[in-house]
Amino acid sequence: MTNPFSTEAAGLQGRHTSERLFKLSGLAAIIFAIGFLAVMVGSIAWTGSGALRESVIQLTVDLGPDNVDPSDVDGASYRTIVRDALKASFPDVKSRKDRRKLYGLLSPDAALELKQYVRDNPDAVGQVVNVWLLASDDADIYLKGGVDTSLEESQRKFSDAEVSWVDSLTESGQTKRQFNKRFFTNGDSREPELAGILSSLVGSALTLVICFLISFPMGVGAAIYLEEFAKKNRWSEFVEVNINNLAAVPSIVFGLLGLAIFLNFFGLPRSSPLVGGMVLALMTLPTIIIASRASLRAVPPSIREAALGIGASRIQTTFHHVTPLALPGMLTGAIVGMARALGETAPLLMIGMVAFIADVPKGFLDSATALPVQIFLWADAPQRGFLEKTSAAIIVLLLFLVLMNLLAVVLRRKFERRF
Amino acid sequence: MLNNSVESEQKMSEFEKTLDENGPIIQAKGVEVYYGEKQALFGIDIDFQKHQVTSLIGPSGCGKSTFLRCINRMNDLVDIARVEGQVIIENQDIYSKDVDVVALRAHVGMVFQKPNPFPKSIYDNVAYGPRIHKTVTSKDEMDYVVEHSLKRAGLWDEVKDRLQEQGTGLSGGQQQRLCIARAIAIEPKVILMDEPCSALDPIATAVVEELIDELRERFTIIIVTHSMQQAARVSQKTAFFHLGNLVEHGDTDQIFTNPQDDRTENYITGRIG
Amino acid sequence: MSDISSKFAVGVNPFAKKRSGIADKLIMVVLISCASVAILATIGIVMSLIFETIRFFEQVPITDFLFGTHWSPQTAITAEVVGSSGAFGAVPLITGTLLISFIAMLIATPLGLASAVYLAEFASSRTRSIAKPLLEMLAGIPSVVYGFFAALTIAPFIRNTGATAGFEISSESALAAGIAMGIMVVPLVSSLSDDVINSVPQSLRDASLGMGATHAETVRKVVLPAAVPGIAGSLLLATSSAIGETMIVVMAAGLAANLTLNPFEAVTTVTVQIVTLLTGDQEFDSAKTLSAFALGLFLFVITLILNVIALKIVNHFREQYD
Repeated sequence: MTNPFSTEAAGLQGRHTSERLFKLSGLAAIIFAIGFLAVMVGSIAWTGSGALRESVIQLTVDLGPDNVDPSDVDGASYRTIVRDALKASFPDVKSRKDRRKLYGLLSPDAALELKQYVRDNPDAVGQVVNVWLLASDDADIYLKGGVDTSLEESQRKFSDAEVSWVDSLTESGQTKRQFNKRFFTNGDSREPELAGILSSLVGSALTLVICFLISFPMGVGAAIYLEEFAKKNRWSEFVEVNINNLAAVPSIVFGLLGLAIFLNFFGLPRSSPLVGGMVLALMTLPTIIIASRASLRAVPPSIREAALGIGASRIQTTFHHVTPLALPGMLTGAIVGMARALGETAPLLMIGMVAFIADVPKGFLDSATALPVQIFLWADAPQRGFLEKTSAAIIVLLLFLVLMNLLAVVLRRKFERRF
Repeated sequence: MLNNSVESEQKMSEFEKTLDENGPIIQAKGVEVYYGEKQALFGIDIDFQKHQVTSLIGPSGCGKSTFLRCINRMNDLVDIARVEGQVIIENQDIYSKDVDVVALRAHVGMVFQKPNPFPKSIYDNVAYGPRIHKTVTSKDEMDYVVEHSLKRAGLWDEVKDRLQEQGTGLSGGQQQRLCIARAIAIEPKVILMDEPCSALDPIATAVVEELIDELRERFTIIIVTHSMQQAARVSQKTAFFHLGNLVEHGDTDQIFTNPQDDRTENYITGRIG
Repeated sequence: MSDISSKFAVGVNPFAKKRSGIADKLIMVVLISCASVAILATIGIVMSLIFETIRFFEQVPITDFLFGTHWSPQTAITAEVVGSSGAFGAVPLITGTLLISFIAMLIATPLGLASAVYLAEFASSRTRSIAKPLLEMLAGIPSVVYGFFAALTIAPFIRNTGATAGFEISSESALAAGIAMGIMVVPLVSSLSDDVINSVPQSLRDASLGMGATHAETVRKVVLPAAVPGIAGSLLLATSSAIGETMIVVMAAGLAANLTLNPFEAVTTVTVQIVTLLTGDQEFDSAKTLSAFALGLFLFVITLILNVIALKIVNHFREQYD
């Protein structure tokens, strides 16, 4: 007896194949999207990992009395000392042009480093010592294998002469790579090897503080009003429509608002974390309101009835009983909103937080920039040395985002209540 | 065009002939269903005869719908459900490995509790089955099948002028008859009906019940109902389920007038339910 | 105790309405003003955009802006024109914006829809619990990161692929920006469509499966057609966010206002021009600066319209199956 319901008897092979293909295409789409994410983050992390190491070159410097006056250590010309040391290492280099190239192996900051070294080691004055000094970005890239020497000399920035100098230094053990502390302790710089993220990180932190201080209380207040007090009427509907639309306004438009109103109308200081935070607060507000309302709605009516039933007023009920229960959910929403604000770039460009900021901002009114804006600026910079800095800054930004989202998840888990 | 219609008519009559022999079309042997740890059906043994309407009755939660869904393996859609025992249709255990549920369900159609027409036109609702199973290829033949199915479902006269309107725009009773037309358009051997009138008003219910009786000529029908009056009105055989057991089954008259089991009697007389 | 009993003394209405204190009134005022900030923000946006736009149109005729095909705000058209006024034809910016958004949606629609269908219909709950947050991460990554990746990796990749195939592609192409943007909005499409697909009633699936349709046939012929309005809404929302996206296009699309529909050429967008116009040195009253606000108003109106339509469609869809 043949089975009338078998796949073959019913001629269903084709239909089952197309079912499998259909399923497979869905899976493929997910894998593609997640694969894109993995490749993007992976390749950026790979490039960025280079920024954690910096190249240093060892030079024999003469701190003898000819160069450094022991009574006036700071008055010495360390630039000359460094250059002399380089000249001494490569006596064949004669022409001015070549010498300038030779000096270019070291960072412009090398002289300052040497000065700091002398301050820290007063005993070294009057002696000839070996010190490690920071290499320039070009030398650094070469040492990290970023220069393709098979290319025609004219095709690359690092000439044959420079290659031979660095090679000879490496052979004699005078180059090494070390952990790049500078990246985390310096502000921005025109020199890639000196550039760091501290100033922009502080700028971002200051901006987020303002953003939180404004958007959280306001968002929670608006949510409490809409959820607990507002009657269903035209007015509350209008407010709701406004909130929903505000959530969908392109971020750059908030920047235009900040420029026209906060800067030009109220005359608040341009480029300041204060204005940046205010603009981001308006952007974050809808997120916080929506999350806060959801978490207020999750508080069961029985709690309100219990409080009202023993004679508490509406306001007492709301503030003593309902809001405390909803607070963790509101905070979670606020953290998610802050994470989004941290990654926001476009509105900050509009209000001038895009300036070159080398110094760490000290207050809310100082000129500052933010981490994503710093990424944008470095990505635009012509020097190749900024490539790995940009990538590393992105990784730092992503780490912060992951941390904030994890915090939100943990908070949600910890305070998740089943009523 | 005419030729096609005639051909189809011939096909139908041939099909009818194959159904003419009497005897059980479905045999359930020791069917047990588990939802995770919980057992929902206990060793169900029952035969269903061709061209008869069998009612499955019993208090809610007794397993009658669960059993109905075993017959076209709709329980496969529930992740935690597990079926043991055999359901034999046309000498084939439908739970054996080489059975394709798609082929099975083309032979065992189903009508659900709540009318669920697709959000498509009336025409496309009825044509859905023939299209996916590719049993009908030409437009003319499809027109014929749609008309014929709607006629058999007693809906044709009400909708013939608005076949391109949305099926969801019909009244509840019309929607349910549309769903029946949709089910019979692929000429199944068996139609399972899961409380098909529970969402309908009394007048629509009467129309559908009449329809069920007419459909018996061509199809074997198994109907789950919570209304004993309905069971008495439409079915020749009745099976009474209680707490996952098949307590008693037999001719409808006998079950209602002379039940053998106390539980059946209690249910019929309204003491449990 | 005595306090309560005294309230029930003869002649005193024990249920007299307590006069709400000043503190209570103050709290309500504060709460209402919090809620009003959303409205103030909207008013602020509209006002600031409209005022500056009006001033812009005092200097440049509105028809030139809306229908002009030449955009070069930096340069004077002729030597006779005094001041810095250039050409302010916004058409190339609008076509550029639409071109890139179109490419983005071309990527995001199939990827997002296919993912949503798989997650909603076929994935096990385990797969779902892993794949969904991973997809959401795509939306959580700041756009500046996508911009960097588009400019640094995607654009050279396209250019090199084009070079090996024998034709020249500019290093800043609409395609690179569009691809990155498309991937960024995938989670928007997929999560909204996922919701929509889930809200298609199970009874429709049962009906289709019950007559012997395969799961894929059920999805293709019943679930998706039933979900079309909701899906259309989600695509509109995604389009609106693509049109308003700034950083990716600033970093990867370029500044050249080419009037072209060729995805391999560099185009510029409304948002790119706003950034360019407002991040240099600026005199606030020049037509050049004011034009940025006109572009901003255009952007605001377009995205607002798209969102309102999308929300209407989605809400209507939800009510239909509730």
